[in-house]
Amino acid sequence: MRPKKTVLLTLLVNGQRHEVAAPQHHTLCEVLRDKLRLTGTKQGCDKGDCGACTVLVGGQAVLSCLTLACAVDGPVTTIEGLGGRGTLDPVQDAFDKCGALQCGFCQPGMMISARGLLDENPTPTIDEIRNALSGNLCRCTGYTKILEAVLLAAAHGNDVDQSYNDMRRDRVAVSAFPDVPPGGGLLIIGQGKSQ
Amino acid sequence: MLRMDPFLTETPTSVDEAVALLAAHQAAGRSTKVIAGGTDVVPNLKHGLFDPEVIVHIGRVPGLKGVVDDGGHLLIGALTTLHDLSVHPLVQQHASGLARAASLVAGPQLRRMGTLGGNLALDTRCLFYNQTYFWREALGFCLKKDGSLCHVVAGGKKCVAAASNDTATMLLCLDAEVVLQAPTGRRTMKLEDFYVANGIKNTVLEAVDLLVQVRVPKAASRRFEGYAKLRHRNAIDYPLLSVGLRVDVDGGVVSAMRCVVSALQARPHKLPCDAWIGRAFEHRQERQDVVDGLKQLAFAKCVPVKNLADDVVWRREMVRVLVQRAFDEAIGEAS
Repeated sequence: MRPKKTVLLTLLVNGQRHEVAAPQHHTLCEVLRDKLRLTGTKQGCDKGDCGACTVLVGGQAVLSCLTLACAVDGPVTTIEGLGGRGTLDPVQDAFDKCGALQCGFCQPGMMISARGLLDENPTPTIDEIRNALSGNLCRCTGYTKILEAVLLAAAHGNDVDQSYNDMRRDRVAVSAFPDVPPGGGLLIIGQGKSQ
Repeated sequence: MLRMDPFLTETPTSVDEAVALLAAHQAAGRSTKVIAGGTDVVPNLKHGLFDPEVIVHIGRVPGLKGVVDDGGHLLIGALTTLHDLSVHPLVQQHASGLARAASLVAGPQLRRMGTLGGNLALDTRCLFYNQTYFWREALGFCLKKDGSLCHVVAGGKKCVAAASNDTATMLLCLDAEVVLQAPTGRRTMKLEDFYVANGIKNTVLEAVDLLVQVRVPKAASRRFEGYAKLRHRNAIDYPLLSVGLRVDVDGGVVSAMRCVVSALQARPHKLPCDAWIGRAFEHRQERQDVVDGLKQLAFAKCVPVKNLADDVVWRREMVRVLVQRAFDEAIGEAS
């Protein structure tokens, strides 16, 4: 085994500046989880297949398991930094309201990807949501509720309560959203059913 | 967790510094690897497929990102990410097939990390190579890494791991050139000459070379471009087969035509298409006649081997289907 060379890294994570000593060959995922104890970022496949380790670097959703920590350029946002103190990010609120989880392992990566999308495009079409989340694998939910949740977070300029109440009252179908292909399935928000 | 063996990291801030560092480490007998987005190199490091002593991270080298139109060419910096390439207005206007190919690489996070240079220099892939050390040791190491036996071709002496870079397929159709920087100076070569039929290392890129730019000639006449990719999961996977197609039309007839089929073996396979030059290409039936001939040629010339995780008979049958899909996309975009 070759000797490790440890370097002092300065990382801006969730608005906080951290100085952390880490070996040069460690990934951002390893540093976040092992050094900063930000274990919300999940280590799944560890080779770029599953998206569980997704974080925002400079506002872009990237895979922390394939990013060398010493190569990070820009502020990092992890799932711990998504909401404020005692408040939820609209994406988290929407995932909660829609029940867009089962085991929860993929959820941090899913929500970070969704936040990256909504920051760049606050009113995405359902195809744009599908595309933005296509690098995040979920083996439990079947994705339907996850799509609902991102639609919900986007629907009323992040006023999730308003969106949720409207949708429950009106049983709004996904087909009411723009750019859903004709004949696209009817998806009842809040119940996760498609007809 | 897949841990990497320790290595030193260099972070140059100019192209000259990067190649000087590569040359200095090589001269000192240290193995090096260039990394930009890391989406190919890091998984391979984790699998023990690469074992460099020094990683030269070029992500902070300025001037290697972006697309410029110099009048006759699109000049694309090697550090341009695949996402930026896929949405860039100049690329969409002058090389729509390339934009589409870039948009079909892996998943969205990987496209925001991965670069064009990295995709062109992508390591070849094989069912028996892209595995953990434990897996490879259990089966017996292969010709490409640590062993002397090919598990794909019995008794094979040449590695047939598959070229899996989507952008290369399309850039070969577009007669692109690559600009390489070495300590001795800069050189430009045709992308066609950049690849060799050797799965162990399928490019002419030397350890001290840095791929800095890609030059794509703009169309002189009406052009149709299409790209089609076969994979298990459309959201993320490497190609099981890919087809790039370009047809230039002048005065209602084909003036130039390129078709490249990749993910077969180590070098993207360029089909001989000169037979169609001068053929009428205005009406629907004329166009279909061209593609029908091309499908037969592709099926005859392209024989996949068992280097990727799927049935070779099915992959071969899909050659014709993918040529038709690339053609449909080309015609659909241009009409």
